[in-house]
Amino acid sequence: MRSLLRSLLPFVIGVPVLLVVQEVMPPRYFLWVVAIGVNVVLAVSLNVVNGFTGQFSLGHAGFMAVGAYTAAKVSLVLGGVKIAMLPEAVSDQLAFALALAAGMGTAALAGFLVGMPSLRLRGDYLAIVTLGFGEIIRSVIENMTSLGEALGLQGLPKRTNVVWLGVSALATIVMARRLAVSTQGRALFAIREDEVAAEAMGVDTTGYKVRAFIISAAYAGLAGGLVAHAIQMVTPQMFTFIRSIEVVVIVVLGGLGSVTGSVISAVVLGVAIEKAREFEQFRMVVYALLLVVLMLLRPQGILGTRELWDLRFFRRVPRPRPLAVTPGGASPTEVRDEGGRGGQA
Amino acid sequence: MTELLQHLFNGLSLGTIYALVALGYTMVYGVLKLINFAHGDVYMVGAFAGYYLGSVLGTDRAPNLGKAALVTIGAMAICGALGFVIERFAYRPLRHRARLTALITAIGVSFLLEFGFQLNPILRAPIEFPPGPSPRFFPALVDLGAPFDLLGATVSRIDVVGFAVAILLMLGLQWIVYRTRFGVAMRAVSFDSQVAGLMGIPVNRIISGTFVLGSALAAAAGIINASARPRIEPLLGLMSGLKAFVAAVLGGIGSVPGAMVGGLTLGFVEEFVAGYTSSRYRDAIAFTVLIVVLLVRPDGLFGKGRVEKV
Repeated sequence: MRSLLRSLLPFVIGVPVLLVVQEVMPPRYFLWVVAIGVNVVLAVSLNVVNGFTGQFSLGHAGFMAVGAYTAAKVSLVLGGVKIAMLPEAVSDQLAFALALAAGMGTAALAGFLVGMPSLRLRGDYLAIVTLGFGEIIRSVIENMTSLGEALGLQGLPKRTNVVWLGVSALATIVMARRLAVSTQGRALFAIREDEVAAEAMGVDTTGYKVRAFIISAAYAGLAGGLVAHAIQMVTPQMFTFIRSIEVVVIVVLGGLGSVTGSVISAVVLGVAIEKAREFEQFRMVVYALLLVVLMLLRPQGILGTRELWDLRFFRRVPRPRPLAVTPGGASPTEVRDEGGRGGQA
Repeated sequence: MTELLQHLFNGLSLGTIYALVALGYTMVYGVLKLINFAHGDVYMVGAFAGYYLGSVLGTDRAPNLGKAALVTIGAMAICGALGFVIERFAYRPLRHRARLTALITAIGVSFLLEFGFQLNPILRAPIEFPPGPSPRFFPALVDLGAPFDLLGATVSRIDVVGFAVAILLMLGLQWIVYRTRFGVAMRAVSFDSQVAGLMGIPVNRIISGTFVLGSALAAAAGIINASARPRIEPLLGLMSGLKAFVAAVLGGIGSVPGAMVGGLTLGFVEEFVAGYTSSRYRDAIAFTVLIVVLLVRPDGLFGKGRVEKV
């Protein structure tokens, strides 16, 4: 009961706020809100794999593409269909919900298909294989006539709005936080800290990794569907390797394993980029510099594996420290490689 | 038959480039166990270094062999220096951290080069640097004349020269790795850097040397490739770099002959599949090869099996 309440409370508070924001927000901020909302969904979902589980995936844009194309296709097919006995607005929203759900479903399926073989690999090999799968997905889409080849699909209905974005972001965040405190989440953390030890303790490492991958892919698909219905088109060029790296930058900046960190850095980078529109050409250079400098100076990111409310600043009563080796657990970038031999990742 | 032969020659031309770039990946992986993501971009910088040196020396007006050699060696030196700087300032401070940290840094360095080179030119004279996003055309370094026919297939003369240079470089590398003190030290560091250090091998210097060597080979590959396919742009290294990495994995990462065989094999596979099916699947082919190799034989063709220790 309590956990149900915990899951529902953010929506109970959030949805009315979002409805108000929807009404008062000037339309010129719309694309900005889309960018931030979608980045929150992408970053938090990627954090489930890269942060919670410690597996480095570089193929998030591929799953996003699967979700976006599925949702777009469903929307185009359902375009003229009106559900009987319902007002048109409600029918449209239902169709959109169906499209997003379909996108999540196929993205999850893609996550399963990619995850099954690749999650046997570790560290940098996994990174490069997920990157490869992302590129293969894009390449296949680019060669499918029914998906418009390089031109993509155009003329989608504009369904994404502030409420949909906000609810999706909230759903992703709630999912990630509920996951983190669940048995499944504990297993993922165990895999991150030491895969061999986790396996020795009876954690079904492959199973948990694949499940984390599927969850993450599904939400990437959701982000894809939202983007598609915000700019009313999908093209293969929206889902390149560079898009995956952008999400990785957000996650690494916020702290691998920290949901609030991902949210903060998605918002901060979103605002910073909007403010620096005229410096568009410097955007990726800044991202790249940020990555290098961050790794040299603060490899755990802004928050490390902690959440915002774990910071001392937000604590009123001192709580006893958890009995962990390192406070809050070591993030994947913090674990030192003893002896520099690099035997295993 | 002619078509087959033509694809074979094209594959050979492409495969030599992959092989030269793959050597850099494999050597760095051997000593550091790091996928040097920026290596593909060093290859791109090599092509641009050749472009700039060529335009300064005026090879487009009067191409000759001396200038071509000068441009190639100059570009190799520039990229060697770049490799040294990347290792010294981006990777060395992270050497004993988690491997993921180094991987993220490598991606950062790679993107820094790719997008740094896409900025609009700041420096105007004597050269326009950075080159900006639009592609540029690499000047002909040597004037070799028209392509010739071999058993019915058309072979460009520059491909032959490029192939010869690549073979010479690989033989040179083979000699360095297996016949010199530096090579012995490099193999020792690759085997176990800690013990190598205890045996008096200057590990840092060897690792720097490995980066310089790999980057110089990438520069040579960049110039050979740009001479045959003169369109160069800052994102040139992204796909080629990843494919060369696939070649290194295919050959068995850490193995020098493996990188050569892997590069040539990948070149052939790509050319044949693209030639006989659809060239639009070109980029997907390499990754499919990678996935198949990692699933079927993760140690590659020449790799030694690794035992995981706790």
